[in-house]
Amino acid sequence: MIDSADVAAVWLTLKLASLVTVLLLAIGTPVAWWLAHTRSRLRPVVGAVVALPLVLPPTVIGFYLLLALGPNGAVGQLTQALGIGLLPFTFGGLVIASVLYSMPFVVQPLQNAFEAIGSRPLEVAATLRASPWDSFWTVAVPLARPGFFTAAVLGFAHTVGEFGVVLMIGGNIPEKTRVVSVQIYDHVEALEYAQAHWLAGGMLVFSFVVLLALYTLNPGAMKGRR
Amino acid sequence: MEHDGIRARIRIERADFTLDVDLALPQRGISALFGHSGSGKTTVLRALAGLERAPGAYVALGGEVWQDEARGIFVPVHRRALGYVFQEASLFPHLSVRANLDFGRRRVAASERRFALDAVAELLGIGHLLERRPEGLSGGERQRVAIARALLASPRLLLMDEPLAALDLRRKQEILPYLERLHDELAIPIVYVSHAPDEVARLADHLVLLDAGKVVASGALGETLARVDLPPVFADDAGVVLDTVLAAHEEDALSRLDFRGGALLVGRRPEAIGAHLRCRIHARDVSLALARPQGTSIVNLLPAEVTAVAATDRPGQVLVQLRVGACPLLARITERSRRELAIAPGLQLWAQVKGVALLA
Repeated sequence: MIDSADVAAVWLTLKLASLVTVLLLAIGTPVAWWLAHTRSRLRPVVGAVVALPLVLPPTVIGFYLLLALGPNGAVGQLTQALGIGLLPFTFGGLVIASVLYSMPFVVQPLQNAFEAIGSRPLEVAATLRASPWDSFWTVAVPLARPGFFTAAVLGFAHTVGEFGVVLMIGGNIPEKTRVVSVQIYDHVEALEYAQAHWLAGGMLVFSFVVLLALYTLNPGAMKGRR
Repeated sequence: MEHDGIRARIRIERADFTLDVDLALPQRGISALFGHSGSGKTTVLRALAGLERAPGAYVALGGEVWQDEARGIFVPVHRRALGYVFQEASLFPHLSVRANLDFGRRRVAASERRFALDAVAELLGIGHLLERRPEGLSGGERQRVAIARALLASPRLLLMDEPLAALDLRRKQEILPYLERLHDELAIPIVYVSHAPDEVARLADHLVLLDAGKVVASGALGETLARVDLPPVFADDAGVVLDTVLAAHEEDALSRLDFRGGALLVGRRPEAIGAHLRCRIHARDVSLALARPQGTSIVNLLPAEVTAVAATDRPGQVLVQLRVGACPLLARITERSRRELAIAPGLQLWAQVKGVALLA
């Protein structure tokens, strides 16, 4: 029923989603913090760029990423010069594409959480001798914990669920870029409905459980502002 | 530029509001910034703390310069030895009361700590709350924890932004005695923002009147309250504050309070002889007589000299400034009485005090 290729696809998917979630939190937190606190006129521009994956077809993002990361693209030439080689159709390329594609799902909950905290707790911390860096870790992060939870869950789940960008950037290479969603596609193409059912059903249950957990533990999560 | 109190020159221009103040506040006691909402008092306090960075401002505490834009100095808030109590207690909801108190305390080197946790908890009566969570506290308890938290950061200056404004009357009455204890037991200056005449009369030593972003008056509380040349900020509450000493308990359940202009009789006080009591005499409770009144039921009759007469914002009424010994007194009388008694500066007369409000 489930063969080794399926297991490899599941394993690869989990590895990708975990790595992408960690990177998303690391990159998304400062972006969300900046968006929540800046008075810069660039704020709406950055906000719009971060939100683009919400509305663009994955093929559009995949297409431009392919160009940028490819041998003639700016990033591609940089990675070649650095001796990394070309990223399209590698696990590394998939990670980069996934980070970009899932960014709004991490930035927006974090931004909402930071905005909901407001400036008062940080001002209080400053009058109690805490530097901005200190109060970020001891006040903002603990108070934004529901936001971090939502961001991590949504970032992980959305990465697991992506398909179009993976196909464009990663292709379909076993154990390197063939994630569950692509594997399901292959099974269906080959009319292997039984195997497709196992993976597709698994995805369905997984996604439901994740969202159920999110709504149960963090009821305000999907409404944006808490 | 050297001054052993608080010096601040702050100018902030906004579209609908200009703040322009030059303050010199004493090193000891409570300085009240009093004014209507929108007068700029909270902005002054935020600028003193550095929460607001006013361009071109100068802020110094006892010779330590916190901000002098002319010399490119701006000490960030977290490097200033100050305590700030906000209108809402703003306790950290994710920390217990004890951890809230510790937040500032553990960020100060042990050798620089000025107050012990136990002593401050005792001073503010919160010793029994230490293991509680902020959400389980009453508004008054929260504000007391917030004050204790500010003190434990070992400030050299305590800034309080209407700490009682968000509380109901009962909670206010609950906190005021603690604030008085702060006043009596702390050796650091306190700048206290308020728009409540009662709080100011009860707590302040020095009074700064703010109106539309400008300092209208600044001086010792007693003197400033007795000025008649100021806009009627206290309006119906015009009156003076006297610092008195409980001199004797007399017959008929009375107590005698001595002040620098004479003595007042009040209902029997529970305090011991020698206690310092502050009392307030409203201008509306003082009437005037040209000769010592005979056959009056009013027990407090004080010989006084008229020093000034000014109009009030109420038609037909005037405010008379008097001097009783070394102390000023205000009386509000009708314009007709003023004319018929020919009350003018220099006139010697008698003040009948109908009510003395004790503020302790």
